[in-house]
Amino acid sequence: MSSQTLTSETVLSLQNVSKNFGAVAALTDVELDIKAGEVVALVGDNGAGKSTLVKILAGVHPQDVGVVKIAGKEVHLGSPAESIKHGIATVFQDLALCDNLDVVQNLFLGRQLRAHRLDEVTMETTAWDLIRQLRAKIPSVRIPIASLSGGQRQSVAIARSLLGNPKLIMLDEPTAALGVAQTAEVLNLIERLRDRGLAVILISHNMDDIFAVSDRIAVLRLGRNNGMFNAKDTSRKEVIEAITGSVDNAVTQRAEAHSK
Amino acid sequence: MSAQPTDLQDERLIINAGLSGAIKKSRDRIKSGDLGNLPVIIGLFIISTIFQMLNPFFLSSANLSNLLMECAAVGVLALGIVLVLLVGEIDLSVGSMSGLSAAIFAVQFVRNGLPLAFCILLSIAAGAFIGWLYGQIYNRIGVPAFVITLAGLLGFLGLQLFVLGATGTINLPFESPLVQFGQQAYIGHTLSYILAVAVSLLRFGLGYYSAATRRKAELSAPSLTSLAMQSGFMAAALGTIAWYLNKSRGVGWMFVFFIALVVIMDYALRRTSWGNSVFAVGGNREAARRAGINVKGIYTSVFILCSTLGAIGGLLAAGRLAAAAQSSGTGDVNLNAIAAAVIGGTSLFGGRGSAYAAPLGMIVIASISSGLTLMNLNSSIRYMVTGGIVLLAVSVDAVARRSRTSHGRG
Ligand SMILES: Nc1ncnc2c1ncn2[C@@H]1O[C@H](COP(=O)(O)OP(=O)(O)OP(=O)(O)O)[C@@H](O)[C@H]1O
Ligand SMILES: [Mg+2]
Repeated sequence: MSSQTLTSETVLSLQNVSKNFGAVAALTDVELDIKAGEVVALVGDNGAGKSTLVKILAGVHPQDVGVVKIAGKEVHLGSPAESIKHGIATVFQDLALCDNLDVVQNLFLGRQLRAHRLDEVTMETTAWDLIRQLRAKIPSVRIPIASLSGGQRQSVAIARSLLGNPKLIMLDEPTAALGVAQTAEVLNLIERLRDRGLAVILISHNMDDIFAVSDRIAVLRLGRNNGMFNAKDTSRKEVIEAITGSVDNAVTQRAEAHSK
Repeated sequence: MSAQPTDLQDERLIINAGLSGAIKKSRDRIKSGDLGNLPVIIGLFIISTIFQMLNPFFLSSANLSNLLMECAAVGVLALGIVLVLLVGEIDLSVGSMSGLSAAIFAVQFVRNGLPLAFCILLSIAAGAFIGWLYGQIYNRIGVPAFVITLAGLLGFLGLQLFVLGATGTINLPFESPLVQFGQQAYIGHTLSYILAVAVSLLRFGLGYYSAATRRKAELSAPSLTSLAMQSGFMAAALGTIAWYLNKSRGVGWMFVFFIALVVIMDYALRRTSWGNSVFAVGGNREAARRAGINVKGIYTSVFILCSTLGAIGGLLAAGRLAAAAQSSGTGDVNLNAIAAAVIGGTSLFGGRGSAYAAPLGMIVIASISSGLTLMNLNSSIRYMVTGGIVLLAVSVDAVARRSRTSHGRG
């Protein structure tokens, strides 16, 4: 499959999206475009509005104003079910797993095979395939999620986003709790997804990860767009300046102090 | 490595093979707070030992046969309660629902002389409609189910009295099929043994089929021997129960009907996507919604099923009593149904429990009631004892929940 033919197509585009929580303007006039076969990193300080943006696209809470277009057509993402139907898969920052259900049940929640006589065998083998693919260290898929470690849960949440042929995958800090090997696997996975022509939105605070896989870097600052960079011809310093909003910030100060 | 099934390859897994392994596995599970049916079974054992010592008639075939018949009506209500508890809600009105259903049936069947099947369907439809109404109020207005069904408890009791009218009690003719079903219908000796064997064979067949598909997919599966042993044990247990009960009147059809409902519900809860969704909503409502589950639809379906089961239970109770009275479904009916679900091991915190909680909890309650009646103790003592046991069951649930959290079983 040639990714060249796919890259021309815009999967998602946001225009003037705003969202308020009471007196807090979490997002103001945010714009974002993402094409098929592209990884866009979404960065910003704590509270910049990244998760809010993800939740709007996931249908968790709708935007107050603004337009969301999928494949050029305006869509209304009023509920998670609608968002899933439009081919958007999400790994939430808080994972959104059911502690009382086991790994297989969580993976296939809302999209079980054979609704009236669950195909447990196929679901279980698929679960193992996904877990292998992510090199996730999960001892058994028939134990409740409550008994997994934070990283194992994160792997389950990532595995879940791969089911059901999505067009766009949004990963909200997917590697925050992962070990070194698992983080590398997730980065590999993101590259594989891109090569398969999927659009990926990656949220992370880790500059190494961002520069390793992303094509473009979108910066949010205090709920507004604050720059879009091409990963290839941008330095970390520029991105950090956009995130913090000043040339003289804690990151550069530390760097200078160390070099002295 | 490849000889090991896919799901057992992680070297940290403690693999308990064979009989001793199975025993160790269940011991570990219980220690970590996943009690399953164990507390009820221990409770039943203690209760029957005490009552048997106090009155040797307690464990007689005749008393047990009757006790099971007594379970069925309220047991069906308890099955509905299990469902609402699973989604983390409660229905306080099943008793009133059952009384209303009995009243509707009796008025249409006896006073208006309408056909039996129509009257039954009408009562059940009334139940389904009321459940739908609860679902709408719950989903649209967001009133807690506790309050909605408290209003239902009073409102439908009033409606029941209104439907019954001035006479108050309507007797059902003794020869009507519903009364026959409630009082006289027992499965014959031969049929009881055939059923015991057939159910065990069916279980073996299904187990064998599922083991074969799992093995083909390179997943772990129980061995033929263990499957055969389980089914053999089941056949022996069911056969013994049937034999003992057959020494008197045998096993009532109404009880068989109740158990059939339980088995169907168990299947729906464990083997359908609807059942998974019920547990998901009870475990983490927001996660369920984000997975694309129609959470409101699940609540509505659960309220409908609970009220419908309430209506069915009311019909069974009317058949058993051969009447629909002003007192039908009042008094301790409601609380017994809720108590049965909780005693049977359904968590009040949502997302944990099984359809089998209904019959197990109901048998405990019916045993206490029967034992105390045999001792000529009136209802004052019965209420106190049942109250104590409910408290015990809820405490066991709360303690087990804490233990589960510390042992990572959610
Ligand atoms: N459900 C909510 N109710 C009220 N305010 C909210 C809610 N969710 C987010 N906010 C507010 O919106 C702003 C953006 O939050 P958001 O979670 O999008 O930040 P973020 O960029 O994901 O930060 P982090 O890097 O810490 O995850 C914050 O000021 C937060 O307080
Ligand atoms: Mg966030």
